[in-house]
Amino acid sequence: MSQAVVDRLSTELGERILETSDAFGEHEATVAADAWVEAARLLKEDDALQMDHFIDLTAIDYPERASARFDVTLTTRSSVSGQRVRLRTRVKEGEKLGTVSGLWMGANWAEREVYDMFGIEFRDHPDLRRILLYEEFVGHPLRKDYPIDKAQPLVPYREVSDIVKLPPFGIEEGQPFARIDWEARLAGRDQQVSPAIGVQQGQRRTLSDSEAAEQIQARIDARRAAEAAEEGSGK
Amino acid sequence: MEPADELLNDQASLELDADPMRLNMGPSHPAMHGTIRMVMDLDGENVINLDVQPGYLHRGFEKSCERGTWAQVFPYADRLNYVSPMLNNVGWSLAVEKLLGIEVPERCQYYRVVLGELSRIADHFTCNGASAMELGAFTPFLWLLKVRDWVWDILERETGARMTHSFGRIGGMAAPPTATFKDDVRQLIPEIYKVVKETEIMLLRNRIFLDRMQGVGVLTKEQALSYGCTGPVARSTGIPYDVRKDHPYMVYDRFDFDVPVGEDGDNWDRFMVRLEEIRQSVRIIEQALEQMPDDGAVNVDDPRIVYPDKSEVYTTIEATIAHFKLVMEGLRVPRGEVYSFTEGGNGELGFHIVSDGSGTPYRVRVRPPCWYNLAASREMLLGGMIADIIPTFGSVNMIGGECDR
Repeated sequence: MSQAVVDRLSTELGERILETSDAFGEHEATVAADAWVEAARLLKEDDALQMDHFIDLTAIDYPERASARFDVTLTTRSSVSGQRVRLRTRVKEGEKLGTVSGLWMGANWAEREVYDMFGIEFRDHPDLRRILLYEEFVGHPLRKDYPIDKAQPLVPYREVSDIVKLPPFGIEEGQPFARIDWEARLAGRDQQVSPAIGVQQGQRRTLSDSEAAEQIQARIDARRAAEAAEEGSGK
Repeated sequence: MEPADELLNDQASLELDADPMRLNMGPSHPAMHGTIRMVMDLDGENVINLDVQPGYLHRGFEKSCERGTWAQVFPYADRLNYVSPMLNNVGWSLAVEKLLGIEVPERCQYYRVVLGELSRIADHFTCNGASAMELGAFTPFLWLLKVRDWVWDILERETGARMTHSFGRIGGMAAPPTATFKDDVRQLIPEIYKVVKETEIMLLRNRIFLDRMQGVGVLTKEQALSYGCTGPVARSTGIPYDVRKDHPYMVYDRFDFDVPVGEDGDNWDRFMVRLEEIRQSVRIIEQALEQMPDDGAVNVDDPRIVYPDKSEVYTTIEATIAHFKLVMEGLRVPRGEVYSFTEGGNGELGFHIVSDGSGTPYRVRVRPPCWYNLAASREMLLGGMIADIIPTFGSVNMIGGECDR
């Protein structure tokens, strides 16, 4: 960490450096959100600073703070001088922050993670998708108002054009002996626990592919009919 | 002529589709260790576009930390880089201790150094062994992993667990070193040197191994810096950055050791850097054992931070109360924000923690070295062959627990 870097930032950016700190020997400068990219560019490209080693970018949520909800911090290091500095800015909820992924490639994933976990969007980011969670996830879990035991809705199977599949297998896939002949089982004709042994001992009838397809289709039809009947009676 | 041959002679029917093929690799691929999905576009066998998708091992480490006490993070921290859990334990201890403004006794610092370096040796042996295995050499894998077993024997004697020790404590360690600790480690040292030597004999002149490692998966120095790579991946490109040397913590400034660096940033350099780091870790251990005091306290003398002795907990009311308060409410960490970083198995392991003055962390951010190393793996894989993904991905040493948290 180095005080010289913070001093240099202060002289260059003037009033847009809101405050500086050296608590615990970690030098830090807080910039206004609109000067975020400019300050980052200065860190990276200024000849006296050359903070070319990206270390980390993360956010902290303070939902009760009136002025701006999120803190975003960026830690960088110089491979030339070995100095380290932390840049901080404050972002309101819904406000977009400029991306620094054009300066350090590592910021690409870091910003995606901040977006994923906190919902802070980055302007001009080349590929702002969720990264740790899936796209159907509702909410941003590291926000303080996200309850830790919140359940997520069940995600339906994604529609993929030109691929036809029934979950979990297509009808023509899987091991035939594992397809349970439920009619036989419910009627008590098939007592074997293990499908494989049942087939071996001749107790179990192995369904052919077309039979399995028919059974699956029959079950789907029955379920649809039941649903339709339920809807009709509901009205 | 057989019908099949006629088919082959018919050139028109051999026209292959020239469009790139999209291939999903993972999330659970038998040839890759680590749960990760790679979506790639292939032109023949060449990777022309690649999207690395982590997150399949995400289990909310940071969120979970925000609801327990400061001490309850240790078991979670164990499961970050589960190949070298002791380094994570020590990293977390140091972060909280920095916020508390305390320093553990010297004996404990040496103890942490030795245990940590043993973990690093196990980590590097595992990675290098797996690298060899992925190229079809199964013997080196078993040969190298036997060292991990020896290291784990020592760690088991010390901590009671072979893998996830949860042995760190804020302000010390869970237990002082056992009576035979120094002797056990000293006995192991020549064995480690021997296996490193044997690894070199086994692999370094193997034509297949050389061809698959040298010049494959190249990362430049600029890319490594820009992506935030640290640890062996960064050092293999020629960046002499080691937290133990650049920002010495604990007693690392008292040891004489070298930071090995590579030149090309290919698989070979990453392999060699790890191999050499094993030697350097052993050097550190030798010196640390020499300097480590044989007696003295391991924990700081502060009942607000350290758990009281079990014998007192069961016999005195004061210790019972202290134990109860520490377990139920947790120790109070003063308000503040700190970024504490150590050299983990894969690079700079940082803990960015915010305290609101209560017994629970307000925010815990772990900077996983794997995360940025993995982001850079796109540069290493792009333009290469599909078969090279396996050794390159292996040499990045992505650990799902740490990367996805």
